Amino acid sequence: MEESKLKNLWDTILTLVPEIWNNWYLQDVLVAALLIFLVWIGRRLSRQPYWRLAIREVRQRRIAVAAFYVLCVYGLIALLDSLGWHPALRGEDGEILRDTKNRVVYDRGGVTILDALLTPLRNAREKTYSAPLAKLLFSTETTVLPDGAMTQVHPPLKYPRRHLMGTDKVGNDVFYQSLKAIRTGMILGIFTTALAIPFAIFFGVVAGYFGGRIDDLIQYIYTTLASIPDVLLIAAFMMIFGRGLPQLCIIMGITSWTGLCRVLRGETLKQREMEYVQSAEAMGAPALRILRRHIVPNVLHIVLITVVLGFSGRVLSEAALTYIGIGVGAETYSWGRMINQALRELARDPAIWWNLAAAFVFMLGLVLPANIFGDALRDALDPRLRTQ
Amino acid sequence: MLTYIIRRICYAAPILVGVNLITFLLFFWVNTPDNMARTILGDKRVSREQIDIWKREHGYHFPRLFNTQEKGLSKVTQTIFWQKNLPLFFFDFGKSDQDGTNISRKIRDRIGPSLFITLPMFAISLFVDLFLAMIIAFYRGTYIDFYALIVCVLLMSISSLFYIVGGQFLLAKYLHLFPVSGFDTGLAGTKFVVLPILIGFIAGLGGAIRYDRTIFLEEINKDYVRTARAKGLGEGTVLFKHALKNALIPILTSVVVTIPFLIMGNLLLEAFFGIPGLGGYLIEAIQKQDFAVVRAMVYLGSVLYIAGLILVDISYTLVDPRIRLG
Repeated sequence: MEESKLKNLWDTILTLVPEIWNNWYLQDVLVAALLIFLVWIGRRLSRQPYWRLAIREVRQRRIAVAAFYVLCVYGLIALLDSLGWHPALRGEDGEILRDTKNRVVYDRGGVTILDALLTPLRNAREKTYSAPLAKLLFSTETTVLPDGAMTQVHPPLKYPRRHLMGTDKVGNDVFYQSLKAIRTGMILGIFTTALAIPFAIFFGVVAGYFGGRIDDLIQYIYTTLASIPDVLLIAAFMMIFGRGLPQLCIIMGITSWTGLCRVLRGETLKQREMEYVQSAEAMGAPALRILRRHIVPNVLHIVLITVVLGFSGRVLSEAALTYIGIGVGAETYSWGRMINQALRELARDPAIWWNLAAAFVFMLGLVLPANIFGDALRDALDPRLRTQ
Repeated sequence: MLTYIIRRICYAAPILVGVNLITFLLFFWVNTPDNMARTILGDKRVSREQIDIWKREHGYHFPRLFNTQEKGLSKVTQTIFWQKNLPLFFFDFGKSDQDGTNISRKIRDRIGPSLFITLPMFAISLFVDLFLAMIIAFYRGTYIDFYALIVCVLLMSISSLFYIVGGQFLLAKYLHLFPVSGFDTGLAGTKFVVLPILIGFIAGLGGAIRYDRTIFLEEINKDYVRTARAKGLGEGTVLFKHALKNALIPILTSVVVTIPFLIMGNLLLEAFFGIPGLGGYLIEAIQKQDFAVVRAMVYLGSVLYIAGLILVDISYTLVDPRIRLG
């Protein structure tokens, strides 16, 4: 009895997740809330002298500033691609479609701002492969010459010179697909940590501050989880829950939680012995208040460093996981999927290289600035961590 | 020393129990045997009887934790937990869900090819990375250092998929220097493994050099190095004789943890080059939805990781006499 109830609850949750995932209006609210939260945190932190010093130090490195702007461009594209709506479907004649009860039919897939901006690219569909900026189709077709002879020619494209990075097997623009994949990469890089951080901070700080039995228990939990190699845990999880971006986010959150938790526990152990904490204790401040007001703000830089340095790793591992078959599903735009398709195309003669090249350029364009910026941030925030 | 090792292993026991419980929860509680049967039988409309037959054939027809229909001790033994999960402790992984082969024997067969790739890769990487990092540390603060670091970050920022694809395409398909893929045992296999080893080495180069370099730089700023310089020793002697020995402690202990893991092979390299190792076994199992094999690999991977941690502790006590065994 008990088990079947649990099963029902579980099934409801499982059906609810894709529902939220597929509803753009709900997502718009979530994205806006996340954005407001980030701006609020940023404003609060930039008022404190410690963080201002760090920002100044990062700004002294020109390459780090450049990297930051590149990341901003990626972030902006991801943001434009995360705000969307469900437009009413229109028939061939431009009339709004209505169902049998005379209700307007809306597009379930939805359209994002980025889609709307890139409509000329999105709709510029060719028959099949075409090279970057080509005028002619990649494959040949048999045509009849005016004198009756048959010959093989490359037919002209419908939209010549428009495809900056060529088109794929079914004629979709590769540049457009690469831009769409940015959102997947950014979600994996940011959302994963957003899931993991609250748990890591809470358990890490509590374990470090209270010690004793609580510490033992929390240490046991994260040591056990961490002792399962990441790729194996991800493989098991994705096999059971199926492929997809939400699942990948959750399991990567679970695997990235443990490392941060361990570091935060260690740092809290150090902070606990500091004079300012002792004086707060002497004045009779309750433990939770000490954690919230004193310890958490003083370990926050470690959280930020871990988030930024872990970002590139997660973007890279998405590609590898998708190749193995435990990444995002086939319906999600991602660089891993593009690489996966490109592998078969590379074996053809002449090779079709532009799918792979596009994924390479776009991934390097995100991961390299993330690494550079992360290093600068780490050096500015915590010179002691330079050795790691 | 022996008592220390035994005690260290005893610390690891509860973690192994935890890992065992996690695999049980994931594979038998979250993912019920019914689901498993449905996935493997492949059809959404599998009849109840088919599922029951499949479960009986593969030994998944017991209750999960507690069998109320049995008497005495068999209340506990006639369960999935007892039959399927406890044998993991003794490295008895049971049979594959898909083709019924003995998983333990398969794993034993596949360790060899995996080690054929990972052992040379490990050794070459260790020495070359150390050597290059030392040269870069020698030229610290100069343009050589600056550009070397940029190259390292660049190397780190490229997905290992591109190294594999690029290397395979350029060196094997285009220049015909190596066979594209394949495997053979003994000396005949050498020609197949050179390219994967080379690619694996290059893919890990950037991160490793940067790590080793920072350790060297930290060592160089210590007092004994200043003393050595003050004695009038040359920079080369100081770096390669004095600093190297001490820097080796953190570097070696950081790689020791990965040694047991070499058995698991390299997932991507084995998949691309058709090497019949354990990495390839895992990928095959994922693609075939073979839950028993993945469960076995999860457990084996955790055991190896824990073994690595124990090795690290032991190696610390060996190289650093300040750490007492008490």
